[in-house]
Amino acid sequence: MTEFTRVPKQVEDAMEKWNGTTSRRDFLKGSGLMVVSFSAAAMVNPNLINATASAAVAEVNPPAGPYKDPDFRQLDSWIVIRQDNTAAFYVGKTDCGQGTGTAFRQIMADELDMAFDKTDLIMGNTETTVDQGGSGGSDAIRVDGWPMRRVAAEARRVLLEMASKQFGAPVDQFSVSEGVITVKGDPSIKVTYGELIGGKRFNVTLTGKDIDATTGVANLKPVQEHKIIGKSLPRYDIPPKVDGSLKWAVDAKVPGMVHARNVRPPWAGAKLISIDESSVRGIPGFIKVVSKGNYVAVVCEREEDAIKASRQLKVNWEKPATPSFPKSEDLYDYMRNASPTSVTQPTPPVVGNPDDALASAAKVIEAEYEFPFQGHVSFGPAHAMADPSNGQMTIYSNDMKAYRLRRGVADFLGMPQDRVRVIWMEGSQAYGRTAADDAGFEAAFLAKEVGRPVRVQWMRHEETAWDTKGPAFTFKLRGGLDTQGNLIALVYNARTADYNHVDYNDPNTVLIGQLVGRRPSAPAKGGAGPPADMYVIPNLRRTTEVVRLPLVWETPIRAGNLRDPNGPQIAFASESFIDELAAAAKADPVEFRLRLLTGSTDDDKVFTRARSIAVVKAAAAAYGWDNRPSPKALGTGNILTGRGIAYCYRQTTIVVEIAEVEVNRTTGHVWVKRLVCAHDCGLVINPDGLLNTIEGNLLHGLSRGLHEEVQFDTDKITSVDWISYPTLTHADTPAKIDIVLVNGDPNPNRPDLPPYGAGEAACRITPAAVANAIYDATGVRIRRVPFRDKRVLAALKAAKV
Amino acid sequence: MSKFTLKVNGRTHTLDIDPSTPLLYILRNDLGLQGPRFGCGLGQCGSCTVLIKGLAVRSCVTPVSAVRGAEITTLEGLARDGRLHPVQQAWIDEQVPQCGFCQNGQIMTAKALLDKHPNPTDQEIREGMAGALCRCMTYYRVQAAIKRAAKMMAAARRASGSEVIA
Repeated sequence: MTEFTRVPKQVEDAMEKWNGTTSRRDFLKGSGLMVVSFSAAAMVNPNLINATASAAVAEVNPPAGPYKDPDFRQLDSWIVIRQDNTAAFYVGKTDCGQGTGTAFRQIMADELDMAFDKTDLIMGNTETTVDQGGSGGSDAIRVDGWPMRRVAAEARRVLLEMASKQFGAPVDQFSVSEGVITVKGDPSIKVTYGELIGGKRFNVTLTGKDIDATTGVANLKPVQEHKIIGKSLPRYDIPPKVDGSLKWAVDAKVPGMVHARNVRPPWAGAKLISIDESSVRGIPGFIKVVSKGNYVAVVCEREEDAIKASRQLKVNWEKPATPSFPKSEDLYDYMRNASPTSVTQPTPPVVGNPDDALASAAKVIEAEYEFPFQGHVSFGPAHAMADPSNGQMTIYSNDMKAYRLRRGVADFLGMPQDRVRVIWMEGSQAYGRTAADDAGFEAAFLAKEVGRPVRVQWMRHEETAWDTKGPAFTFKLRGGLDTQGNLIALVYNARTADYNHVDYNDPNTVLIGQLVGRRPSAPAKGGAGPPADMYVIPNLRRTTEVVRLPLVWETPIRAGNLRDPNGPQIAFASESFIDELAAAAKADPVEFRLRLLTGSTDDDKVFTRARSIAVVKAAAAAYGWDNRPSPKALGTGNILTGRGIAYCYRQTTIVVEIAEVEVNRTTGHVWVKRLVCAHDCGLVINPDGLLNTIEGNLLHGLSRGLHEEVQFDTDKITSVDWISYPTLTHADTPAKIDIVLVNGDPNPNRPDLPPYGAGEAACRITPAAVANAIYDATGVRIRRVPFRDKRVLAALKAAKV
Repeated sequence: MSKFTLKVNGRTHTLDIDPSTPLLYILRNDLGLQGPRFGCGLGQCGSCTVLIKGLAVRSCVTPVSAVRGAEITTLEGLARDGRLHPVQQAWIDEQVPQCGFCQNGQIMTAKALLDKHPNPTDQEIREGMAGALCRCMTYYRVQAAIKRAAKMMAAARRASGSEVIA
């Protein structure tokens, strides 16, 4: 439950600066009231305003807590309307760079009937925003947008009821526009939301079995009545990101704050024997070496001195007696020879009789594919700042799951949860379970040990080596064609090194938890999955297996969720193989896929299949696809060109991509000159924001397909920076990207068109589309990611291209 | 420790500091600037970029002793008289950033590129920007924004009849 209090003047000033907007102060002036917990957050925030903290700031003490959870069943927890007829929205999400903050404001402003620029949004502050779980699963709009819409509609309904009482007329006699309620037929009779409720509480209880189901009794607007949803409004967070005024989590500073750097084991699984603290005592401002188990950090007054101390500290480590993992070049052989720790068969495991069908097939095709470990490799290495003042723990973090970070840290430190809070701030991109989790725990642990606010940041080599990794896969596929070139049987086997897949903010698997010796009762089993397509294949068997590497605990090869956790891996194999089958059938790759999508079936996938067909056709039309089988006749020049298609669904979103490549025969270099993407994610909140998200998604997939591979010897990761772990750069950006937003719904004008999510789907199939284009250009099939020059050149030479 | 005078965004600061300290930490922790950010500490990614004598310089690997007395411009110093630099405006017009963490490097590198090549070819943009990395992969919009900024700057030059734009 939120309560109200007056905001001190210095906090008003600080918040104005903090938010980098001029509207904040006007909001507060207009309301005279504010949510107490929000002001409490702001009372700490002033210290962050300026590195050289002002006297006014120093007078403000951090609040003592406890930090209660806002009650999601109270309308006041979501929406505050001020006397000046502006609104603040409080949502339990975090914007990882896809502009979801702007989208949330659009959703809520539209249902509330307020102008977008009269609204403001607060996200991911565990003390003031309801727990919607932060980010993940491409669910921002798809799942969490719904309660936001419903509570905003409910607030509108309550305000109309208030106007009805005030004017003694029934609700249906009023109309609402931009926060002003007028009597139909007599616009002179009007009242604003601010006049009705500004500075007062709604005191409206909501219902719903969980936060996702939160609702009042109001109906939502039909899609056709939306005025703000569907508009490409500019993102509010972009100007302060461009002029340098935004305060990021890396900028979090409070008086008395000190700097820490970690000292990692030089070998995976190494054991700490001893530390020679005298090796760093002479460093100016040296405060302390903190160590527990195999976790070691140094703390200094100044950041550069902490870095120096972390490099200079003499630590005696014991190397494990046996190798921790195979060398990366031996990884796939190791995986193929390992005994699975678990075997799963997706539902349904078997369709028809695949063995008999294969035996009777006119043509049987087999192929194996390999996909490496890939890193998050956050651009801004993991960081957090923790303040232990007043026996509390306040963590300033860009962790996308602020709420779980709070719970995890409370468990890790043995503190009551209501003494811990997380203030989410903007940060470097977070496409899943990044090391921001790890750094949040470390900052809190160090702050408790040192008794002062501690800021910790990982160094580049730490981030690239020790962050969690998207798991490596090997695949075996067999397919059978009949004499007409129809796919009659498919057998799919996926094997992944996903054992001990780490969860979000789990005190037992977070890196410091591991290094201090905490263990869960059992490692997570991990898992793969079936191909995400809607193809109708009459005889089908799919098996997925998990294997483990020798070292399970305290390892830098930690499998964890990386954007679309196993989607790009599986789609690389499955969509490459569909292309191989099309080529064997001498069929056009688009036509072959459409044939598989139009097959007769009695399953319940008609809706998704119809949309899949619409999206395949939209992509082919946008590209200008010419119907012919792959590969095309080999060119004579040094540059060979070709095009490839790939298709998938993710959750309910459908994506089709077509890549046009240039392959350099002499160097093996692949340039994706053009990318076309057709994308159906249902209701679109902000079209330009969606396009930006899809562009980034496409290129993230391209980076993973062309460049990215974690490399290691038998006891450590050897890809540790941007040279040894290369990613896409400006130099290999496509010259042209065409994105078509499709509404393939069989009933496209339905008033309840839902949104399906866009944060991850489009990265899934880029590697497959590119591999298929390379094949079209060269006749050579590349079955291992990434397609670096050397690998492609070797394949071209082997095939005498 | 030694005394240094640094000129940053038109203001002069005197600091008593270890001369080997990378400029980045002084800008961020002593001068309270936050445009330049730590990304790698190796001069590989560009997130710490500042402008010195028209060049895009990686402040994470530049000891403060090397920039004594030089005019240093950070992201915060690009705007003039309350107006954003055309590069910044083009970034907003094209809605370039996603998370935005790398955009200091993108914008500052683009500014230096446009000062050298006022009307850059696609190839000059690709090569000139190749060292400014982005993990959200906003490259496509960055390249569009550079072309837009080039046009805005050319128009401003024609209007003023000079080369004074920032």
